[in-house]
Amino acid sequence: MKVSYYPGCTLKTKARNLEDTAIGALAVLGVELVELPRWNCCGAVTSLAQDDLLHMLAPVRDLIRAKEQGSDKLVTICSMCYNTLARANLLMRNDAEKRDALNRFMDEEPDYAGEVEVIHLLNFIRDEVGWDKLRAAVRRPLTGLRVAPYYGCTLVRPAEVAIEPAVDATVFEKFIEALGAQLVHNPGAFDCCGSYQILSHPKQALAASAELLGKAKNKGADVLALSCPLCDYNLGKRQNELVADHGLESKLPTIYFTQLLAVALGLDSSLCHFELNHEGTRSLLEERNLISTVAV
Amino acid sequence: MSTTAPIGEDKIVAKVTSKHVPIYVMGKRYDVPDSLTIMKAMEYAGYKFIRGCGCRGGICGACGTVYKKPDDYKIHVGLACQTVVQEGMHLTQIPFYPATRTVFDYEQTPAVAEAVFKAYPELFRCVACNACTKICPMDVPVMDYVAAIKRGDFEKATELSFDCIQCGLCASRCMAEMAQYHIAQMVRRIYGGKIKPKATHLAVMVDNVKAGKFKDGLEQLKKADVATLKQLYMSKDAREIEPNMSEDEWVPTNNAYL
Amino acid sequence: MRHGFAPGRICSHWEDQMRILINGRTVDEDFIERVEEISEQNIKRCMQCGTCSASCPMEADMDLSPRVVMHFTQMGLRDVVQGANTVWICASCHTCEARCPRGVDLPKIMEAIRLLTLRKNKDAVDPRQLEATVIDEAPQAAMVGCFRKLTA
Ligand code: SF4
Ligand code: SF4
Ligand code: FES
Repeated sequence: MKVSYYPGCTLKTKARNLEDTAIGALAVLGVELVELPRWNCCGAVTSLAQDDLLHMLAPVRDLIRAKEQGSDKLVTICSMCYNTLARANLLMRNDAEKRDALNRFMDEEPDYAGEVEVIHLLNFIRDEVGWDKLRAAVRRPLTGLRVAPYYGCTLVRPAEVAIEPAVDATVFEKFIEALGAQLVHNPGAFDCCGSYQILSHPKQALAASAELLGKAKNKGADVLALSCPLCDYNLGKRQNELVADHGLESKLPTIYFTQLLAVALGLDSSLCHFELNHEGTRSLLEERNLISTVAV
Repeated sequence: MSTTAPIGEDKIVAKVTSKHVPIYVMGKRYDVPDSLTIMKAMEYAGYKFIRGCGCRGGICGACGTVYKKPDDYKIHVGLACQTVVQEGMHLTQIPFYPATRTVFDYEQTPAVAEAVFKAYPELFRCVACNACTKICPMDVPVMDYVAAIKRGDFEKATELSFDCIQCGLCASRCMAEMAQYHIAQMVRRIYGGKIKPKATHLAVMVDNVKAGKFKDGLEQLKKADVATLKQLYMSKDAREIEPNMSEDEWVPTNNAYL
Repeated sequence: MRHGFAPGRICSHWEDQMRILINGRTVDEDFIERVEEISEQNIKRCMQCGTCSASCPMEADMDLSPRVVMHFTQMGLRDVVQGANTVWICASCHTCEARCPRGVDLPKIMEAIRLLTLRKNKDAVDPRQLEATVIDEAPQAAMVGCFRKLTA
């Protein structure tokens, strides 16, 4: 099966570990992610003002690219891209006046009315692969690894684009269980890491990050699974600061859900680019014999 | 009135009719021959260029011009040296538009996306309005090369921005207030110098030059008188010229210097 | 980084420490109208329960908590609201929006208040002041998000 795929800028640089494992693992599951031949940055955040259509242009253009490719589905992996594209799509579907204004402004593009469906990879796996098939494809079950799911904000808010309704979302949980890992209930699963405020108000963002990591840690998680490169930056890459200055008691490695998938499917760990992860991620998986130790 | 303009020795390329039409330069009306380029028409009207004009050949990017046509809300754009006047057009040259250009140390700059991100963080303010692409007189897909740079794809950005002549018109329209063309130039420099594989035949040629392969020929040319030079340059026998529309494999029969 | 133009701190627990003059002349009707118009929210729906402030991950360092921003906006206190750092610290996480029992979309109100400043061409951050080491490490999404929300 082939499906159109929107990567997003960060997956091409800092989060290659997210993209490469997704493409590799999906291939094993019989799905080819076909990258849009032409795309631009989606804008990462949504315009929240009714009179600011300018900031809707970027995501709508990407949706037009998918339509141009003849697709009715567009898969994304990064949570922020998912949110931005899905919300722009809803606007184009539901608001005739704004749809017309945007189409008229982009007179160089074909008209768009929300024909494409934006799907996050977790939901795609749930619906198009299915938990049974996923379980059957696992070569190296993540037995004993205590994984806490972290949805963050953009997969579940606002409600109209939530991949599953936040209070009883189970897709991430079922995904983790299908890989044979031990699911850890995470009370901070929907908390905010401070998002882009890490650049403008780092102290507050780091404090929020430390608090939510602490919640997963207290429940005995070995690792926090996530799907957003910005969350991974705040929670993973900046974790030393969380421990040093923000009261996080001890470290908690972070990992992209697609990396868990790649490991469980038995893919070569070089695909996982653990060098781009939190420093403790690779050693944790090595300790548990889930990946082989590489001599450096 | 109509005259024929001889170009070259014997070919008549175009019949030029010189009807006069009104154009408006910065709001002032001039009646100019309709066969002229904007640049020549402005000179015809009495303007003297000390800036805003360079190569007169559509390459240097000094003569970017914006204009509007009667009954048309669109902004049109062209190089003054290449664009023929149209009846009733309102125009102004924008030979220069203030644009932020970051000085960087080429030797010390690593060939990574972040080097460009640090030099031009405003890159990330692009809203994908596409105003840049729409105004570019060289049909460069500016928005797309900006998108490529944002995702660190220097190869693609180099390819897409290759035709840029640094006129700066894109920067004049940018919602994000960045200077796209300076950013792309930095990318091309890094890509061309530090990432793209070196052409092996170029190194061979450079060695040949250093070893003096062309020395004798050049010395002869330096000694030649004007008549000889003209003869060498013009005559079909002395100088073998690649035919128009030749195949990729075309090579001159005399390949002593290849 | 500078966050610009906050004219002094107003404590987040302002009730204890602050007196703010409210009378017919301090109510800026235009401010209320503009915020409601841009955000498409009816700010009078807010009943001051404080669920938003209790939910906000960034509240600790805000001059005014989200509830107080709602309250002061209802009262048309333009200068106080626009002078506080609250809307510039908001991370648009939508936690308050998800929990508000009155269905107020607070992130939209925060955005409207930001835009009233940004549209006068005043930035809350300067992209060129970002530390080089941060640009080396941070994902592009952080820069894009930050500049979209905090620059004009
Ligand atoms: S890309 Fe910009 S500077 Fe380059 S030719 Fe086009 S408009 Fe001019
Ligand atoms: S004009 Fe500026 S903001 Fe608009 S697409 Fe081009 S680079 Fe982006
Ligand atoms: S004068 Fe050089 S491009 Fe026109």
